[in-house]
Amino acid sequence: MNRLWWALGALVALLVLNVVVTPSFFSIRMQDGHLYGSVIDILKNGAPTLLIALGMTLVIATRGIDLSVGAVVAIAAAVTCEYIATSSDPGSASTALVGMAISLGLCLVLGLWNGFLVAVLRIQPIVATLVLMTAGRGIAMLVTDGQIITVNNETYRSVGAGFVLLPLAILISVAVLALVAVATRKTALGLLIEAVGVNPEASRLAGVQSRTIIWTVYVFAALCAGVAGLMISSNVSAADANNAGLWIEMDAILAVVIGGTSLAGGRYSLTGTLLGALVIQTLTTTVYTAGIAPEITLVFKAVVVVVVILFQSPKVQALFRRRPKRPVAEVLKPQEVAS
Amino acid sequence: MLKKITAAAGVVLLSVLTACGSGDGGASSTNSGGSKDGITMGFAQVGAESGWRTANTKSIQDEAKAAGIDLKFSDGQQKQENQIKAIRSFIQQKVDVIAFSPVVETGWDAVLEEAKAANIPVILTDRAIDSDDESLYATFLGSDFVEEGRKAGKWLAENAGGPVNVVELQGTTGSAPANDRKKGFAETIASKPDIKVVASQTGDFTRSGGKQVMEAFLKSVPKIDVVYAHNDDMGLGAIEAIKAAGKVPGKDIRIITVDAVKDGMTALAAGEINYIVECSPLLGKQLMELAKKVVAGEQVPKRVVTEETTFTQEQAKAALPTRQY
Repeated sequence: MNRLWWALGALVALLVLNVVVTPSFFSIRMQDGHLYGSVIDILKNGAPTLLIALGMTLVIATRGIDLSVGAVVAIAAAVTCEYIATSSDPGSASTALVGMAISLGLCLVLGLWNGFLVAVLRIQPIVATLVLMTAGRGIAMLVTDGQIITVNNETYRSVGAGFVLLPLAILISVAVLALVAVATRKTALGLLIEAVGVNPEASRLAGVQSRTIIWTVYVFAALCAGVAGLMISSNVSAADANNAGLWIEMDAILAVVIGGTSLAGGRYSLTGTLLGALVIQTLTTTVYTAGIAPEITLVFKAVVVVVVILFQSPKVQALFRRRPKRPVAEVLKPQEVAS
Repeated sequence: MLKKITAAAGVVLLSVLTACGSGDGGASSTNSGGSKDGITMGFAQVGAESGWRTANTKSIQDEAKAAGIDLKFSDGQQKQENQIKAIRSFIQQKVDVIAFSPVVETGWDAVLEEAKAANIPVILTDRAIDSDDESLYATFLGSDFVEEGRKAGKWLAENAGGPVNVVELQGTTGSAPANDRKKGFAETIASKPDIKVVASQTGDFTRSGGKQVMEAFLKSVPKIDVVYAHNDDMGLGAIEAIKAAGKVPGKDIRIITVDAVKDGMTALAAGEINYIVECSPLLGKQLMELAKKVVAGEQVPKRVVTEETTFTQEQAKAALPTRQY
């Protein structure tokens, strides 16, 4: 729980920094029937990262990792846009729905592939998913012929750029978050996932179907990545096989880690992942609104991340715990004298 | 569509199967055996990362055929090692001239020394290399990114019509086109106190990047009159953001971009972009002319700039139907 406070603290600090630099940061107004403001942007642009981080959380909880999500994003974007662009009726809603269904079906297969490598062939997750990370972007390039495919389809556009008062993208992500929370915290599923993460062999001997569970989390991660791919590409109505979801696997892993989930597996926090994803997107938006020079953007991001991770480390946490009330009392004394 | 997915799956399978035993030079020559009388050219392309690059490749292949030059073409797939392998294999095949688009700026000295020792002239296209030894290549044919920035600045200076606030969407930080397009634009508007760049951020040359940065600018910068984007894609992303803010791109906020790819030209013709500076990939014809001169031993300038133009909305409407890329 303590770790969550640091993630929350980082988020609040970033928001405060934004308000100081841009006083109108929190102002939200209605624009063409939906909410419009910087905070809404953070939610909308952070939705794909949140979604992928959710899948990643469960994978990491089983002591695994999925590096292929960025490539899956590119494939989902490429397949959907290529389908819509080459169909006989590229503007209709049904075309968009069929296209999205096909690409999500494909993502399911990709997830099954990852799960097969990890759960059945027992290949180390980082190696197993590296295969698809490398090959996946190539597949997306083949589907699009290396071109950026632009589509003009209102139904498709709404997934990433549409609004129902709030951005549709964030509503989808929060719905998935709620779904995962209920499925893993109100049933034994969460416990089983954690058991597999702590010790797959022991949990198998205790009767947990660890193979099925591991397989399931990789399929779920790939599906999350697929939906995120639809959001990312529909946000700009185009599929860019080279850049869609590039490095998003790193952002997702970072979100999970900032949220306090250990890469060693066994324990995870969905609230933490939500906070982590928000911290990462707020960081990006801060860079833009605060006018931080592009040359030092990465340094700025690195400093924030290092500080958050540093404060979460067990050693530093122990430092804080070791001096309980006494130092506080000593600090107070001079102030009392002064007043 | 399905065919493409099947093909993709097939290629993945093939690459898995051949991954262990692939030791060939990486150069897949389109024609086998050089003709005795004509010129043989080895070309090591960067890859096929964008529509611009695909058009670049097609232009070189078409113009080689038209000029009667036997072209050996290799796709480097964005990897320097592949390009170096390809150049080595060109040297072994004793081609008459080697041309290539270096994927990165450094690390070419060794392989170019080999070409020089084999007396094969080298032409750089599109991108330069960073080397102290200028004798390693005969000439460099490519766009002048600083000039592109100047052209964009010049149009704005002539069409500003009063004081304007400009926001700049930069390319990938540190890349030559981003640095130079920023520089050229800045030096042109330096003498115009009416034109102010009020915010400048990188959108990484992508639509998503352009859209995200523009969304943030629209909220944090009080008054935006003009967007200057270092490529069409970021400009197209900015259009989306401007529309979402309830403003009209091309009217409320004017947009200047660089590249002139088809999607950008379509937006220009539709009035959503105001001016595009061309960065042409169609350098095949100039390359073949240079190659003939170099092989014949004629003197060529060390730096040749690609023939490029600019487009207004009217010109875009006229040019769009025949646009190749």
